[in-house]
Amino acid sequence: MTAYEKLKAARHSHRPTGAEYIKNIFKDRIELHGDRRFGDDAAIIGGIGFLNDIPVTYIAIDKGADIESRIKKNFGCPKPEGYRKALRLMKQAEKFSRPVICFVDTQGAFCGADAEERGQGEAIAENILEMMGLKVPVISIVIGEGGSGGALALACANKVYMLEHSVYSVISPEGCASILWKDASKVEQAAEVLKITAEDMKRLNVAEDIIPENFDSFGEMCGNIANLLYRDVKELSALTPDEIREERYERFRCFGVYSENK
Amino acid sequence: MLDAIRGRLRNVLTPETIQCKSCKAEIPKSKLKKNLMVCPECGTHLRMDARSRIALIADKNSFKEMFSTLQSSDFFNFPGYQDKLEKAQETTGENEAVICGTLKINGQEAAVFVMDSRFIMASMGSVVGEKITRIFEYAEKNSLPVIGFTASGGARMQEGVVSLMQMAKVSGAVKKHSDAGHLYITVLTDPTTGGVTASFAMQGDIILAEPKALVGFAGRRVVEQTTKSKLPDNFQTAEFLLEHGFIDNIVPRAELTKTLSSLLCLHKKKEAECNDSIRKAQSRTA
Ligand SMILES: [Zn+2]
Repeated sequence: MTAYEKLKAARHSHRPTGAEYIKNIFKDRIELHGDRRFGDDAAIIGGIGFLNDIPVTYIAIDKGADIESRIKKNFGCPKPEGYRKALRLMKQAEKFSRPVICFVDTQGAFCGADAEERGQGEAIAENILEMMGLKVPVISIVIGEGGSGGALALACANKVYMLEHSVYSVISPEGCASILWKDASKVEQAAEVLKITAEDMKRLNVAEDIIPENFDSFGEMCGNIANLLYRDVKELSALTPDEIREERYERFRCFGVYSENK
Repeated sequence: MLDAIRGRLRNVLTPETIQCKSCKAEIPKSKLKKNLMVCPECGTHLRMDARSRIALIADKNSFKEMFSTLQSSDFFNFPGYQDKLEKAQETTGENEAVICGTLKINGQEAAVFVMDSRFIMASMGSVVGEKITRIFEYAEKNSLPVIGFTASGGARMQEGVVSLMQMAKVSGAVKKHSDAGHLYITVLTDPTTGGVTASFAMQGDIILAEPKALVGFAGRRVVEQTTKSKLPDNFQTAEFLLEHGFIDNIVPRAELTKTLSSLLCLHKKKEAECNDSIRKAQSRTA
């Protein structure tokens, strides 16, 4: 598959949404709402549940399964109150020493006058800052689209996984094409040069590993994801809170390609 | 040597007047520079390059540059990137879009990073991310406050997802510096947008902005497309952010040095510590 074909697969409306992964991976779930500041953004869902025998906080960007819910969820483009809700749940998880599991699926943070008014940039900045300081294990899985800062705001994790046909990018290929070639239709080339596929992420160490997709046996696929998460949570929980934080810092500290004449 | 030639080339190639972007007045370059790049006709704060900014706030000869030899590379073979880098280096005489170091402001020591929008719109790639991360790490180790002047078009798409990761890398260093109890002041200058707004620009303990500076996350045109109603004239300006509670204050350029040195003083344990360093600075310049 080309990068563009993977982009289309990642955006496909029949792909399972964040809510479906949550339903299949965690037991005895209690959903929690609201940012305690402004509202409850339906684009981000979260709560507490058991991962096997360990209580965890789960958070997902959810695109919605039908047209009605997609409209309500702004097609998975979170507003500032969504990011603040996610942060509230993460800080709560830290208080009770619960690991945090995030599912990322967004073309990007919501672009609108209301989002700007309520500080979209500040909300994402605060999430990234606080996530980099969390003293509990954080694991993020990109299940569809990982669109720019709006995705990173839920992906400053100790471990990041990509589903086989998910993508992660600094800018939408459409946006890149219109800047680069003044032609938004050159999406295919843009997807290629931006290097957005799961394989690219693994090669660049942006992701630890790629999770195979098998939507025909979705229950089994989620079982495998649960096993993977459980293994990681166990491994990370053996570290002290400060070590967990430091491990995450070192993970991100390595990113960058440059030369230096000393 | 190369820099000297570049400098001479710049003088030959660039015109002697600059047009104010607001009132369109043609202002002699020298007059504008003397007026801190503030239009004498209408008061608009025009963009200022990084070296001029440092000269504006730093005590004489106090600035010591760090990490100046870091250079970007076109590791994705991205169309046109190598060319863009070379042209930016040629026209600015700088290696990259941010300058870092330590300086004194009215005797108060601080670490500083200053972004320069002339360099590929000060987009954030590996080098910008690395230099800012290093200055926070240095400041934490040496118990220094950080003052950051932001200006940026956002992440540098030519470095793909690696540029996105810089947002997390820098933020990690900001968080460590902050948790150690040190002060971070950001000064948002025109324009601060995208991934820089969504990371270290908005992470200051105290956030200042220059008058009328454009500050936002999404581009105005993109917002216009999704918003049915007309956007207010001051949308995404410093004044708009102040009104909505996202910045501490707007500071005209002429008052910036005084504001920054006062803030640094107010973060000492006692007033006397601050007065001592001011006296020392005054006796040095006298
Ligand atoms: Zn003017």
